[in-house]
Amino acid sequence: MSSYHALAKTPREAAEWSTGRLIRVNMRAIVGRAYPRIIGLTREPSWIFFEILLPFLAVSAFVFVYRALEAPEEFIGFVVLGGAMTAFWLNVVWMMAAQFYWEKDQGNLELYFSAPMHLMSILAGMAIGGLVMTSSRALAVIGIGSILFGVSYDIQQPWLLAGVFFLTMIPLYGMGMLFASLFLMWGREGFHLAQLLQEPIYFLGGVNFPIRAIMPVAALAIAVLPLAVGLDAMRQLVFPNSDPEEVLAPMLPVNVEIVILAVMGVVFLVAARLALGYLERLARREGRLTLRWQ
Amino acid sequence: MPDNPDDLAIHARAVTRIYKAKPEPVTALGGVDLDVQPGEFFGLLGPNGAGKTTLIKILTTLLLPTSGTARVAGFDVVNETAKIRRVINMVSGGEQSGYGLLTTREQLWMFSQFYGLTQRDGWKRVDELIEITGLQEQRDQKVRTLSTGQRQKLNFARGLLNDPWVLFLDEPTLGLDVAAARDLREHTLAWKAETEGRTVLLTTHYMVEAEQLCDRIAIVDRGRILALGTPEELRRRVQAESIFRIELDQLPAQGGLAAIGALPGVVSAVHADVDGEGAGSDRVAVKVALADDSALTSVVTAVAERGSHLVGLEKSEPSLEDVFVELVGRGFGDEDGTSAS
Repeated sequence: MSSYHALAKTPREAAEWSTGRLIRVNMRAIVGRAYPRIIGLTREPSWIFFEILLPFLAVSAFVFVYRALEAPEEFIGFVVLGGAMTAFWLNVVWMMAAQFYWEKDQGNLELYFSAPMHLMSILAGMAIGGLVMTSSRALAVIGIGSILFGVSYDIQQPWLLAGVFFLTMIPLYGMGMLFASLFLMWGREGFHLAQLLQEPIYFLGGVNFPIRAIMPVAALAIAVLPLAVGLDAMRQLVFPNSDPEEVLAPMLPVNVEIVILAVMGVVFLVAARLALGYLERLARREGRLTLRWQ
Repeated sequence: MPDNPDDLAIHARAVTRIYKAKPEPVTALGGVDLDVQPGEFFGLLGPNGAGKTTLIKILTTLLLPTSGTARVAGFDVVNETAKIRRVINMVSGGEQSGYGLLTTREQLWMFSQFYGLTQRDGWKRVDELIEITGLQEQRDQKVRTLSTGQRQKLNFARGLLNDPWVLFLDEPTLGLDVAAARDLREHTLAWKAETEGRTVLLTTHYMVEAEQLCDRIAIVDRGRILALGTPEELRRRVQAESIFRIELDQLPAQGGLAAIGALPGVVSAVHADVDGEGAGSDRVAVKVALADDSALTSVVTAVAERGSHLVGLEKSEPSLEDVFVELVGRGFGDEDGTSAS
């Protein structure tokens, strides 16, 4: 049998890890935890129906309403782009925020706690796996929406657009990482907490309408919700010719929104790290949260 | 044998664990002292609620002790958790860990990544463990389609991925059929024998399992270690007594088992399993420990006076359960008041 502790003669030697080894273990843990989410794409084809076709009906409903009202064509593009970003929000709520609760029920959480990698690596793996998985869904929504509704895009800065997208994902999934610990600490039912968050953020994120339509609440949303800021920045980069005097006008310039997203990314990741540390201390002290039988 | 706590596989002193609960706190561990030598197969034997799992959770760094100190592989369970986690692993009975959509092979590989095995070493180790645990036919089968026994073999393989110096097995054969439990016990012994210094801490409430596997056993009840020694040493504690297994057509009336236990010369009387052709019938089996054989006459007479008829009688060799009964005055399956001593 190959030996994990091949060179160690005693447990004390085996437990002495270099910084390099620590980093490698955590990187591999990220890959390991991302794997089930990515491989799930090929294992559960029913997601095409539940996570593309059904959400697409909601997008279609808004498109038909805007068409009936003879709204500018940009509204259609806004809805399709918002529909794509909705997939990420759903992923964050259901497969990040509520995930630790389900991991606890399955008995995974105590195995994660007792393994040598840092729990942030597990959360990062969940986030990266979720991001890859959801990107395919989001692309499908954009593709189908663009073809069916004839949406045309005017992307003059594709790299900036890609950068803003990834910059949006960091605080968005950071928020999910934070909620993963908070959900576990606050409630016995991750399901209900996820439901509680889902609709308000649809509304405050402005996924189906220009967020300026709900001023002054929009200003608050821009200040705290990565989805709202990222979507506003991406809409500016995808539809640069929207009338700046109308409701379609951006909330803030893209440069400012990039700064906001960067700050949010740091804040949410640090908060997630702190919440996780608190969760572990609480779990060990009180003997609950992580243990399947309690 | 090392005496220095840092050289022991497990060292615990006055470990207590009290859970907050209403109406009053629950003491799960009431001051446990324990030394397990490197390379030892050590068993914690006790009924449900004895505190076995709580002790394992403390030693695997999942719980803090309320007071006392504990070290695993020389590292403190409170302050050196990261180092402990690099050299241990644990497997629990009835575990449903992992993800059902993964195959057996993928699931093990995923867990290997949490211990930092490289891609190549990870897959190699996974294939070795699949072979060792006899899961070759299920290697590409989705985990959610595995039977309970196959699932527990998979869990066991997961526990060996990092070649732990100290392996914690918490009721690992819980719910398994006889063949699957035997396989698992054999795998455990084979794995431990491969390399000197591998330590296993097993919790179980199966006497046979403890006797078959363990070098030493601690009998635990209500958060305390009542006795500790080799299986032979423990059995010797009750060899001064005569133990009889009596099978009756029905439970004696007028005081039942308690009345039998109160007879002169009777040390204890507890329920035993009815097996063979009597299983499933109204028959009851009773195990009585007598100060000497002469007390048997009064037991048989008392049973007859209370309307029961003797169906079978045999003298038994003392078992670990007899030791337990001797120590706590009740059997593993008995709650307070159903037995007497």
